[in-house]
Amino acid sequence: MRRDNNSFDTHSAQERCRRYRRRILDISQQVSALHIGSAYSCTEIVDCFYNGLMRCSSDGSSPDTFLMSKGHGCMIQYVVLEERGILSRADLDGYCTPQGRLGVHPDYGNPGIEAATGSLGHGLSMVCGMALAERARKQSGIIYTVLSDGEVQEGSTWEAVLMASSLRLDNIVAAIDNNNFQSLGRTSDTHPSFYPLAEKFAAFGWEVAEVDGHDSAAIFDAVAGRQGGRPFMLVAKTTKGKGVSYMENVPIWHYRAPNKDEYRQAIDELESA
Amino acid sequence: MRNTFAETLYREAIENDRIFIVVADISPVGNMANFRTEYPDRFINVGVAEQSMIGICAGLALKGCQPFAYTIATFSLYRPFEIVRDDLCYQNLPVTVVGMGAGVIYSDHGGTHHTMEDIAVAGAIPNMQIIAPCDPAEVVEATRWCARQRNGPVYLRLGKAGEPILTKDAEPWQFGKLRCLRRGSDVAILSYGVIAKTACDLADRFAEQGKSVSVFSCHTLKPLDRESIAAVLRQHEHVIVIEEHVPQGGLAPQTKQIAWDAQARCRLDTFTLKDEFIHCNGRHNDMLAAHGLSLAAISERVGLG
Repeated sequence: MRRDNNSFDTHSAQERCRRYRRRILDISQQVSALHIGSAYSCTEIVDCFYNGLMRCSSDGSSPDTFLMSKGHGCMIQYVVLEERGILSRADLDGYCTPQGRLGVHPDYGNPGIEAATGSLGHGLSMVCGMALAERARKQSGIIYTVLSDGEVQEGSTWEAVLMASSLRLDNIVAAIDNNNFQSLGRTSDTHPSFYPLAEKFAAFGWEVAEVDGHDSAAIFDAVAGRQGGRPFMLVAKTTKGKGVSYMENVPIWHYRAPNKDEYRQAIDELESA
Repeated sequence: MRNTFAETLYREAIENDRIFIVVADISPVGNMANFRTEYPDRFINVGVAEQSMIGICAGLALKGCQPFAYTIATFSLYRPFEIVRDDLCYQNLPVTVVGMGAGVIYSDHGGTHHTMEDIAVAGAIPNMQIIAPCDPAEVVEATRWCARQRNGPVYLRLGKAGEPILTKDAEPWQFGKLRCLRRGSDVAILSYGVIAKTACDLADRFAEQGKSVSVFSCHTLKPLDRESIAAVLRQHEHVIVIEEHVPQGGLAPQTKQIAWDAQARCRLDTFTLKDEFIHCNGRHNDMLAAHGLSLAAISERVGLG
């Protein structure tokens, strides 16, 4: 079992994240639309979970589980799974094609996909169930999940927040991709009372840390250094469309593919960053 | 029925450590107390939070467990409907959603506690299976089956308490198969759930008039045993369907479809709840009577007046 205890190589993480973003850009040239901004805002979080925190056996299996609660951000999960050999290049090339098995949202049954998501507010309850199963059967698995800030508006999310804490499910590590955007605009405009976020989870009994969600070292340190005994919530401040200037914080990039010129500019920016 | 369910599930849980029960602030009585005491890790009370009840069951099933979600039917199926659809049915997970006190059993609690459209609602979702036992003995069979099956999700529609045994002389219970409770040749009555008692009483009245009567428990509503129902329609001159469910989407309209497909020539009478929210603060039988489902009203309409 490998786990990069206390030594997360952030340079490698940066390289991987650059590679992931570039791969997503390449795929964007084959389809009419994809959730590119949503994937870019949680790239470092998903990378750190998979490549830094989740344990990995020599056969590639893991006792830990990753569930993409914000299903629309799954492009980043797809490219991570591709790099790990769990999904194939052909799988990614067949994204959103009639003969392909990968669609806009993660589908249960595809390799590496632990649950079907896409409808928001479902993930955290499933995570609680998975964590309960691990505990009841005396397994050591940690359940990792990424939520969008928009889905924290779902009442069902708060039911799960309450449950995880009441059941003291300390084998849950959740992150909120707090990019301050949802489909129709800024989250802070839609719901000024949404903030502060960290205090809300703390009030519900979770251990909480706030980090810059694009700082791989900070993400790793916060999760690896958690006290435990309670579910853990990482409130990660992120930028939607992170890494490509014209996408950052521009809502249309929630679900649009760049044209050829935009693609070239994006590649240049990623390569020179 | 709920006591029998609790007793049966407890016994299954002793044998199978993958069985969990996730309840929403209401628990079947009887042996469920033992379940809770002996297997606290596998008895989860989410409180008044039915969406998480279903989601947690999905997560348990995704990790190989065999969970049951349990509360009053309207709260186990309608309140978390989209989660039942996506998490359980779309992912095709072996989770049993138990709807206790379905139909209009909670008569005087008002419409918020009635479950009159559940067969239609649950039956509309791909992968969902539906079982509605007619008596406590069928609850034992159905609960055991649910605890051991790996097909996918089940909606288990239960009554509440005090139901009599109707299946003493019946053929063996089999999932997906129409079950003959008594065999005759002139009239056949199809029913399921608690109101099957009325079907048996009606059969007695027919017998008193010298008619030879069949009674069937159509305990599995999905998949429906269409072949056996077609045979019943062909073999009897008069077929009667009695169900505690609105006119649309239940056994009655499906039997009519089968009759059309089978080119059946029998007389076919169907008795259902009305397509109406009825305010009646009486007991269960009073509410059924208000819907036209009393034994007297049905008897009159089938010519036994």
